[in-house]
Amino acid sequence: MSSIPSHNTSAPVRRETFSSRRLFILSAIGSAVGLGNIWRFPYIAYDNGGGAFLIPYLVALLTAGIPLLFLDYAVGHKFRASPPLAYRRLHRAAEPLGWWQVLVCFVIAAYYAVIIAWSLMYTIFSFTEAWGDDAEGYFFGNFLQVAEAPGIGFTYVPSVFFPLLLIWVAVIIIMVAGIRKGISRANSILLPLLVVMFLLLVLQSLFLPGAAEGLNAFFTPDWAALADPGVWAAAYGHIFFSLSVGYGIMVTYSSYLKRRTDLTGSGMVVAFSNSAFEILAGIGVFAALGFMAQAAGAGVNDVVTQGIGLAFVAFPTIVSQAPFGAFMGVLFFGSLVFAGVTSLISVLEVIVAAVQDKLGWGRIKASVTVSGLVAVVSLALFPTATGLYLLDTSDAFVNSFGITLGALVTVVVIAWFLRKLPLLSAHLNRISTIKMRRSWMVLVAGVVPLALIYMVSSEFISKISTTYEGYPAWFVGLFGWGMAAALVVLALALTFIPWSHRSKAHNDPEYDSVVEEEAKETAQ
Amino acid sequence: MTPIAITMMIVAILTVWGGLALALLNLQRHPEDEGALPEEPAREL
Repeated sequence: MSSIPSHNTSAPVRRETFSSRRLFILSAIGSAVGLGNIWRFPYIAYDNGGGAFLIPYLVALLTAGIPLLFLDYAVGHKFRASPPLAYRRLHRAAEPLGWWQVLVCFVIAAYYAVIIAWSLMYTIFSFTEAWGDDAEGYFFGNFLQVAEAPGIGFTYVPSVFFPLLLIWVAVIIIMVAGIRKGISRANSILLPLLVVMFLLLVLQSLFLPGAAEGLNAFFTPDWAALADPGVWAAAYGHIFFSLSVGYGIMVTYSSYLKRRTDLTGSGMVVAFSNSAFEILAGIGVFAALGFMAQAAGAGVNDVVTQGIGLAFVAFPTIVSQAPFGAFMGVLFFGSLVFAGVTSLISVLEVIVAAVQDKLGWGRIKASVTVSGLVAVVSLALFPTATGLYLLDTSDAFVNSFGITLGALVTVVVIAWFLRKLPLLSAHLNRISTIKMRRSWMVLVAGVVPLALIYMVSSEFISKISTTYEGYPAWFVGLFGWGMAAALVVLALALTFIPWSHRSKAHNDPEYDSVVEEEAKETAQ
Repeated sequence: MTPIAITMMIVAILTVWGGLALALLNLQRHPEDEGALPEEPAREL
């Protein structure tokens, strides 16, 4: 098969676009609001000063999160392409940065889908309370059938494999349908649904006995925490991961925006919606934890947890104990599924768009090939008895040495080596209502790299000083350090593979006309 | 809930959700520039 017939014309296909600013904003919020908002933020805030965390959080949002979000928007929207081609159009030498981001997305998509599959099963389990009175034992033992020691095995766990297959089928259908009929439509259905379900969950949690104690634990400020640099680092770290900045998603989505769009005005809505959802999640999660603590006759600090422990151990326990628990379980796990799917499709779109650009393929061929490939990797490696160890390790290393290190290198290259910030600032200010001038450049070139350097180095020190989670050295070496290094090597290799003669890198009249028009506008 | 926790909850809601309200207001006051949008080829629905 050389190409899809309908796309096999001499004139390149027009680039897809979001049909309105509203749909772009919905899709970008869908991407930013993910599992982390629900299961990570509440704990991070609680653990880093409670109510006092609001200050470093807002400072990090305004001085690093939003500026970096606008950097991604500017690159994607000005150069109208997937990350590799967009960075290549910025400067030939910057192309590997784009491939690095594409590869990071590949790793994330492969394991992220697995957590969605677990959540899907737990939505059903909410009715049966399959975990009985031992949620922890059930999750790791009966449900995941986790092996004694990390390794790579091919003992498949059907109760994870089949829901994962279902998730991939659904996601591939969305990807094939494209930006308007797939991604826009999925987000315009799932995101409102997620908000309504989550609001109901929060309301129900607030009426549980003990909720007030949970909220006390969450909001009581520990002002002394503000003097701790670790708290500020946690705020910057959380903001980076929460906004999905720095690994190609926002570059890709903004490349589908129409030319005359208010980038910064839209971005502010996206950024604050993401934070608004997090605050809501904090209230809901801590109200529920307050109930759990009261039911157990313990303090909130004894039951508080995050991530997998919060979602698949604490919440099942709450579902079993709360009145109308099944309803609460459906709302919680359903929210995880919807929040996860809208993020997963944005991660996949980065890879699909890059393959389309590099090979000059049409939407259908690229999305089936790419999503299919990620699905095969995901289905082969993760729904196994050792899958949890692999998931944990790849997540930890791709976050630290894929997303964070990648964002650092990208920012330093753009701001300090190529010195493109004035160009990008001018692009942001052409149409946008909120202007990004000198202070934006200072934040992107100064505050952002400093925060990222701190994060990367502290991660490096902690991961080099002890073997991650006490897993075997060969395992962490191969799937942690090895995987992270392989992404860089592969990114360079992909850069050296020539762009197809059908690629838009060689022939893109649509982009050329945009460049021409912008040159005219600037001359006026 | 304790008074300080209630206060911090209100401050958090006001700043973050207030920020969202302001961002939405700003966007609403600057509607999309439909006239300047590039022509799209007719697409089947």
